[in-house]
Amino acid sequence: MAVERVSITLKARQVVDKLRAKHGELIFHQSGGCCDGSAPMCFQKDEFLIGSRDVCLGEIHGCPFYMASDQFEYYKNMHISIDVSKGCGSSFSLEIPLGLRFMTISRIFTDEEIKHVHPVEFRQAI
Amino acid sequence: MAANPDEVASQKPTLREKYDNYIGGEWVAPVDGGYFEDTSPIDGSVLAKISQSNEKDVDLAVKAAWKAAESWNKSSATERSNILLKIADRIEENLDMLAAIETWGNGKPIRESSLVDLPLAVDHFRYFGGAIRSESGECSDLDSTRVTMEVHEPLGVVGQIIPWNFPILMAVWKLAPALAAGNCVVLKPAEQTPISIHALIEVIADLLPPGTVNIINGFGPEAGKPIATHPDIKKVAFTGETTTGRLIMQYASENLIPVTLELGGKSPNVFFDSVMAEDDAFLDKAIEGFVMFAVNQGEVCTCPSRALIQENIYDEFMKRCLKRTEAIVMGDPLEMTTMMGAQASNDQYEKILNYIDVGKQEGAEVLTGGEKFDNPVHPDGYYVKPTIFKGNNKMRIFQEEIFGPVVGVTTFKDEAEALAIANDTLYGLGAGVWTRDIHQMQSIARGIEAGRIWCNCFHDYPAHASFGGYKKSGIGRETHKMMLNHYRHTKNIIVSYDKNKLGFF
Repeated sequence: MAVERVSITLKARQVVDKLRAKHGELIFHQSGGCCDGSAPMCFQKDEFLIGSRDVCLGEIHGCPFYMASDQFEYYKNMHISIDVSKGCGSSFSLEIPLGLRFMTISRIFTDEEIKHVHPVEFRQAI
Repeated sequence: MAANPDEVASQKPTLREKYDNYIGGEWVAPVDGGYFEDTSPIDGSVLAKISQSNEKDVDLAVKAAWKAAESWNKSSATERSNILLKIADRIEENLDMLAAIETWGNGKPIRESSLVDLPLAVDHFRYFGGAIRSESGECSDLDSTRVTMEVHEPLGVVGQIIPWNFPILMAVWKLAPALAAGNCVVLKPAEQTPISIHALIEVIADLLPPGTVNIINGFGPEAGKPIATHPDIKKVAFTGETTTGRLIMQYASENLIPVTLELGGKSPNVFFDSVMAEDDAFLDKAIEGFVMFAVNQGEVCTCPSRALIQENIYDEFMKRCLKRTEAIVMGDPLEMTTMMGAQASNDQYEKILNYIDVGKQEGAEVLTGGEKFDNPVHPDGYYVKPTIFKGNNKMRIFQEEIFGPVVGVTTFKDEAEALAIANDTLYGLGAGVWTRDIHQMQSIARGIEAGRIWCNCFHDYPAHASFGGYKKSGIGRETHKMMLNHYRHTKNIIVSYDKNKLGFF
């Protein structure tokens, strides 16, 4: 069985449920850069234009998880788990008004896992 | 920067219980009545309640701004310049108070807010006040009967979304050129650090015609998005991260308006072996240049978070850099002797610790730090020890912005390898080059793909020197008069003074 690249904690699932009840279908996009960067952003589906060069790492609790392909080069060998903590980001991520912030916890795949890791997909064939 | 412990009082500032929106020159409660609490990263205490605005409040602000624009858009450069100069004086008169609020709101040490952030903010207003008096449009004779004029006109009303790392200074970087160019502004401070901008407005409110500057507090998805998508906002300026930067561009495409973006970096700080040719003042300065990763707790878009050191000086140079890093004084950010304060928020603090963990997993060696700092003065604040990793440029800690006091160190053999490593990044905001060889300095400065190269210095942000990014670090150039053109149209007027027809019809 393929090893997933991305997973989500129970606590974060509960926040996703709450956000989905209010906003409908959701997606995640891992940000880079300064301030609130290097963190996952949660948006309503179709709010954020997924780029043709973004890759989908998998799905967490019904939400596809994307990242820019050049950034993904540095995540190829890592499993990431989406967690949530008390916080106050200044991005457009939907959980922020709840006084919460999603965050990315990383772990390097074992040699065995890396053989079976889930392939990533581009949003559309290029 | 020379810290003088006696210069600035470190008293806790007097704050209002709540901060409403500032619209049309009045403090206005949010339409839907919501407030959230702003806490201080210094000790986790609640500072004040902040209005939680939404699109209804943004609509009010945009209307107020357009009302003010009727006269402000047409005001003379002299009038605007005089106001900007008065604003600068007023900030200077209130510098200690504003610096204290900045430190309580953001967590940065008082010596930085009072000796760097606020004086730079004052100077930016003076610079743009001066720039608009000294510049002019262009006028050319096309031939003996036609003249062409390039005339500048303001965009009207612009939106600005401000980050939390330098709440006042980053607001001023955007406000000063926008006002100088004749625009009215709707500005949203970061939700982590809204208070100091309001304190600034309080001391300058009587100088500004009502509605020229409007402040909307709130969260990105609720108050930021309505600014970025509003059909009556004619330009958006944003400092932040890449995903939101893309979203801002996407929103701008709905209204076909320009944006300027500053989205961070992973700035290399390159030390060539000649820095160690003498044990002198310059070597001392270069070592300080390395330790600049700890400025503002590393929460700087141009944090020198990658140090590239020529391999033949690595051992001795790093020994001295480690010693200097370990001499960083942490403690009460309100003390002038404290060199590093609190990280700006809990999520920022946790993110930094997560990246330190990533670095350890990737096999990077912790040379110092690598953990949280238990601050005996403020046990409930968010403090991280200055951290140096030895690793390689393919590691995530060398490629992703941690936005904390963390530097990754690696070595290079020669100029070619130094450039290859320096440019092996998605970003291109800043870089440092340290050498005694002037030929090397110039060729490396030209070779690095970044918008700001510091040669034998770092973290210098004077007005009159442009600042902005290559690659994924953004679009546009701030802190220079060229920013004026990001805030205005160019109108071309062709005048014919030939009384005769062309003869076509």
